[in-house]
Amino acid sequence: MYQNYSLMELLGYKNHIINLYYFGKCGGKIIKIAIPRALLYYEYYPLWKSFFEALGAEVILSSKTTKDIMNDSIKYCVNDACLPVKLFHGHAKSLIGKADYLFIPRLKSIAKGEHICPKISGLPEMVKFSVPGLPPIIDTEVNLRKSKRSLKKSFFDAASYITQDKKNIQKAATLALSAHREYISALKSGKLPSELLENTHLTKPTASDLNIAVLGHSYNLYDSYSNINILNKLAAYKAAVYTPEGFEDALIDKYSRIKGKKMFWSLGKRQLGALFGYIERKMDGIIYIMAFGCGIDSFIADLCERYAKRNGIPFYLMILDEHSGEAGINTRIEAFTDMIRWKKRNENYNPAFR
Amino acid sequence: MKITIPHLGNLYVFVKVLFDCLAVEYILPPPCTKRTLEIGTKYSPEMACLPLKINLGNFIESIELGADTIIITGAGGPCRYGYYCKMHEEMLKDLGYSNVKLIAIDPYAGLPALLKSIKTIFGTVDFINIAVSGVRAYRVMAEVDRLDKLCYYIRPRELVKGSANAVMRLLRDKIYSARNIGEVKKIVKETRAALLNIEVDTTLNPLKIGLMGEIYTIIEPFTNFNMEELLGDLGIEVDKTLTISKWIKEHLVKLHNHKEKAEYDKACEPYLKTPIGGHARESIGHSALYAKRGGDGIMQIYPLTCMPEIVASSILPALSRDYDIPLLTVVIDEITGDAGYKTRIEAFKDLLLKKREAKNNDGLLCRN
Repeated sequence: MYQNYSLMELLGYKNHIINLYYFGKCGGKIIKIAIPRALLYYEYYPLWKSFFEALGAEVILSSKTTKDIMNDSIKYCVNDACLPVKLFHGHAKSLIGKADYLFIPRLKSIAKGEHICPKISGLPEMVKFSVPGLPPIIDTEVNLRKSKRSLKKSFFDAASYITQDKKNIQKAATLALSAHREYISALKSGKLPSELLENTHLTKPTASDLNIAVLGHSYNLYDSYSNINILNKLAAYKAAVYTPEGFEDALIDKYSRIKGKKMFWSLGKRQLGALFGYIERKMDGIIYIMAFGCGIDSFIADLCERYAKRNGIPFYLMILDEHSGEAGINTRIEAFTDMIRWKKRNENYNPAFR
Repeated sequence: MKITIPHLGNLYVFVKVLFDCLAVEYILPPPCTKRTLEIGTKYSPEMACLPLKINLGNFIESIELGADTIIITGAGGPCRYGYYCKMHEEMLKDLGYSNVKLIAIDPYAGLPALLKSIKTIFGTVDFINIAVSGVRAYRVMAEVDRLDKLCYYIRPRELVKGSANAVMRLLRDKIYSARNIGEVKKIVKETRAALLNIEVDTTLNPLKIGLMGEIYTIIEPFTNFNMEELLGDLGIEVDKTLTISKWIKEHLVKLHNHKEKAEYDKACEPYLKTPIGGHARESIGHSALYAKRGGDGIMQIYPLTCMPEIVASSILPALSRDYDIPLLTVVIDEITGDAGYKTRIEAFKDLLLKKREAKNNDGLLCRN
């Protein structure tokens, strides 16, 4: 009977019951914490949600991206930021008045010797000084560049707004980490973040003859408003879609070790690793979804294009911006899938160019 | 082996003197021109930041002159600059320059790798000699940086407009054709004397603008339309905290001026709590300090899509409100038409003048 609910919903019910029990006893006020549905929500939402709920707070999530949120994003954010950062501003704006705190973790590094992105590191301040009228911001710093030990401090930092009970925080942190591990292992088993977090399923193509790898940061791939639902569109053109989230970390590590220079962006590393993995698996085509103005992808997408070209795999770079017109995207995807099919059918027979 | 470097303001002075001292063969890239930019833009990823494109242009122009080894510095992120060396390698490879060798001086790659690359560049393990020559070259470059600084003072005050520019314009060509360190030193000394000879109006109190932002676009005069000259000719005194000599000291040798760092870190604290890469923190901290020192306005310059400076640019308006100091953000891309920028700067200057007048007249805009 539970299969119609997503993992998140089930987790929410469980925590809700714990809350009722806990606060029924002490009669405290439930603190509401708002989390914008943007950027690294697609990576860490289960972690933070179970953490705050285990502490007895209520987590408020912003709605899925809508036209209003997009308009607010453009209105409040500096105009040369990238699309996902802009969207984060819009989501933060939509949460005004709904919660006691706005949770914007300052994610500087999530692995040893690696970074995320300067804009994500400076996100709390960007939002704070751009959107007026926000609730107080919880800007916990997560910086695992030197060692993993600072993670504990980050949890205590974030929890200090809700409770000072050290034992409770410790327990919540353990719970949160196990929820995160569960989420990651669900991703590795082939589920998509949109399935786990939002219970929206990809339409499976009835008879697919193409295998297409879609690379890109998770916030570009799974926000179906900003990417104009590209994953489902590909399915409509009878292509089976593969995304980087399903790759094991060890494989990512192995493949992303390109000669010459360590890739120091965690998000970029995943794309490069997935690219080489999919080249090895002989995909029919690779689509890279990049947001306009993304600094990391301006390099990674270019590298991916070079490597895909050298290996003779059709590559298409799709750049997202604030446009919401679908026709252009449809045409391009149709053209791309057609080209691949023609290539497969008669690559060695092309009288027009002989 | 003929070594070349990318342009970065007065970096060419350092490289020239250093390689002259150690008798290394090198080719200085021709000064950045429209052609450099065109080459770079043509072959670089579309959305990469401007320094990557212009550096590629420098490399290709040097290779055309016969260079076969490129030196570039690396870094550890999160700014894109740290990954330039790999990108350049791939781009040059795809362009067919497979005989060109790329040596990265990367403090983050570990000491053995760093020493090895230094050894391949100079062909010697005499690190004491290299260090001594490095210090000598550094001193000359710092002297040229000081000449620039002197010009900031002279330009708005000179009685005959354009005299400082006339002196400075010859400097680069002269240094390019100098044969040894003695000649370079002599040229710098003569230029300094010529600058000091210019008659100035010491009673003048010109408008003061602080140039903040991304280091490459601030330092390299080609990319920012000779912003210092432009502002100086409009009668504005420029203040620039980032210089190439300071960058080398902090980035490559890791010698920070701790007192200064503590000062701007403290000024930056309410606006940006942690360093985020690039020079975002410097931009914000120095802007606050500059406002406190009594500057009239702040100009932030950065190339399109520069990640750290975008964060700074969304925070600086709040700082501008708090310190009551006007702010002009200039984003630079491949467009080479400077009329738009000039218009904006002139308008900004008028605004600053009116603001100063209003301040002197107790809030009245006019006292007629």
